Amino acid sequence: MSDHAADDTVPEVDESRRKFLIAATAGTGAVGAVLTAVPFLSSWSPSESARAAGLPTEVDLSKIEAGQMATFFWRKQPIYVVRRTPEMLASLASHDAELKDAKSEASDQPAYTKNADRSLKPEVLVLIGTCTHLGCLPKTRFTPGDASVMANWPGGFFCPCHGSKFDLAGRVFNGSPASVNLRVPPYSFKGDNTLVIGQDAASAEKGAA
Amino acid sequence: MGEVVNNGGAFRTWLNKRLPVDQFVADQLTGYYAPKNFNVWYFFGSLALLVFVMQIVTGIFVTMHYKPGEATAFNSVEYLMREVPYGWLLRYLHSTGASAFFVVVYLHMTRALLYGSYKAPRELLWVIGMLIYFALMAEAFMGYVLPWGNMSFWGAQVIINIFNTIPGIGPDLVEWIRGDYAVADSTLNRFFSLHVIAMPFLLALLIMLHLVALRQVGSSNPDGIEIKDKLGPDGKPLDGIPFHPYYTLKDIVGVGLFLTLFAIVVFFAPTFGGLFLEKPNFEPANPMSTPEDIAPTWYFTPYYAILRAIPDQRLGALAFALSVLAFVFLPWLDRAKNKSIRYRGLASKVLLGMFFVVFLMLMWLGLQPAEPTYVLLARICIPLYFAFFLLLPFVSKADGNGPVPDRVTYHAH
Repeated sequence: MSDHAADDTVPEVDESRRKFLIAATAGTGAVGAVLTAVPFLSSWSPSESARAAGLPTEVDLSKIEAGQMATFFWRKQPIYVVRRTPEMLASLASHDAELKDAKSEASDQPAYTKNADRSLKPEVLVLIGTCTHLGCLPKTRFTPGDASVMANWPGGFFCPCHGSKFDLAGRVFNGSPASVNLRVPPYSFKGDNTLVIGQDAASAEKGAA
Repeated sequence: MGEVVNNGGAFRTWLNKRLPVDQFVADQLTGYYAPKNFNVWYFFGSLALLVFVMQIVTGIFVTMHYKPGEATAFNSVEYLMREVPYGWLLRYLHSTGASAFFVVVYLHMTRALLYGSYKAPRELLWVIGMLIYFALMAEAFMGYVLPWGNMSFWGAQVIINIFNTIPGIGPDLVEWIRGDYAVADSTLNRFFSLHVIAMPFLLALLIMLHLVALRQVGSSNPDGIEIKDKLGPDGKPLDGIPFHPYYTLKDIVGVGLFLTLFAIVVFFAPTFGGLFLEKPNFEPANPMSTPEDIAPTWYFTPYYAILRAIPDQRLGALAFALSVLAFVFLPWLDRAKNKSIRYRGLASKVLLGMFFVVFLMLMWLGLQPAEPTYVLLARICIPLYFAFFLLLPFVSKADGNGPVPDRVTYHAH
């Protein structure tokens, strides 16, 4: 039998069948490539030990004097705890018009701290100490009237990186690059002087405190 | 391209039958005709390639002593600096090389802006070049994080947090990039991997594509006219000369001058007054303490000044991204008939000059603390920066169409 005769027996190409097979093969390959990417991309998520280290942390507040701030760590983030004086609390009401989000509508905080002083107990302010702009640590500028921050400064925080300004409830002032208030982590109290960072308080606790 | 003249012996014939060495040299060097009127601005392409090779070589040796990881990174760099013979030199060659890379690339880009090198048919050459620039920014940023000094840590914190402003996915994306709730060990290790493996591979690939595209369209020149339009009887451009030996030799002079300046910086001013290596980076990363004034290294500061001067987080990040990306669109924004600034009107010259001044001004402002005066100046510069890109289509269309010479301007020397 010659090659020529063999060629004659080859059937006509079925174009639609060929198109289907090309699409099916390419499609299967594409799905496989996408699924293969999943483990590689997932490996970038926080590891189990990183997640475990994010459990609630208990800290002792008894050594913080009125008007002072202490910094603790939770989830590798600095947590600012300020024991606010009555004067500091009184200052909060004076400058609502100068704030971007005075009522904390657009800001990130647990429901039980979405109030005028952004706290469970008014005298204890708990904030995540990273600027909501780009994550620097705002510095304490608690002295009212510090003109190097701004005119009529009521006291608060100043971020050295990009100049965002926050009051003593972590609320952001107009003209700051940050758009929302400093975040409040979930927290609760055990007794008078133990703060549990990372564990939500029952919403009713605000009234009891 | 060039024809191969094989006058070699038996081995050369044997070799070329199996590997087209002579053909490659002819295509890329001896048979590649470049315009004869190149000036000093044309040094910076080959210098960029030189710096890339230097960074690879010094990088290989620095990596031999570097130990990634929160607990070991800072100390291993100090060990390299103090205990390893000539370790200080390896480190300073690599860190100075990073800044030198940007000096050379910025001058290379300036050349393209002056002489319209990005215009048709070189649009893709320009776009690939911009991709190299972006990859270089990522490579330099991650490299700056590796010593795990305090500026490394806080620089990483700030830059990664820019992604926080992307609507919807921002916070999850940032956590995914860091691999933790804050910049941590996981972040450092993945940056190390990307810095020494992924990005150098990507850069090498892009540089290769840049050169292939350049060979395809040919180099432009200070007059911005195409030498391929005027061919001699031999089919070679009348105003072209073979890249080798003419420009290889010329580039050696550029290399000599460059390495002299480079060595002076490495030996006498490796930190360059805090511009190349910032003072806070000589203390270990401290998540409890942000340095007093955070500023990225000088080559990022024009964009950084834009980022922080805009009093809205999302708009600031958007303007930051646009200010970097805007360059990509230059080939289509510039509607002049002529390429070179030599044959454009006063308005084009003023516009380009203003852009250079504003860019340098923003670069300086980004290095200053976030005080009201500097922020105000940056807010004045930002509209001017974007005005360049927005006015270019109209100005270039209006005054970029005058007569150009028939042949390149050239004085024998």
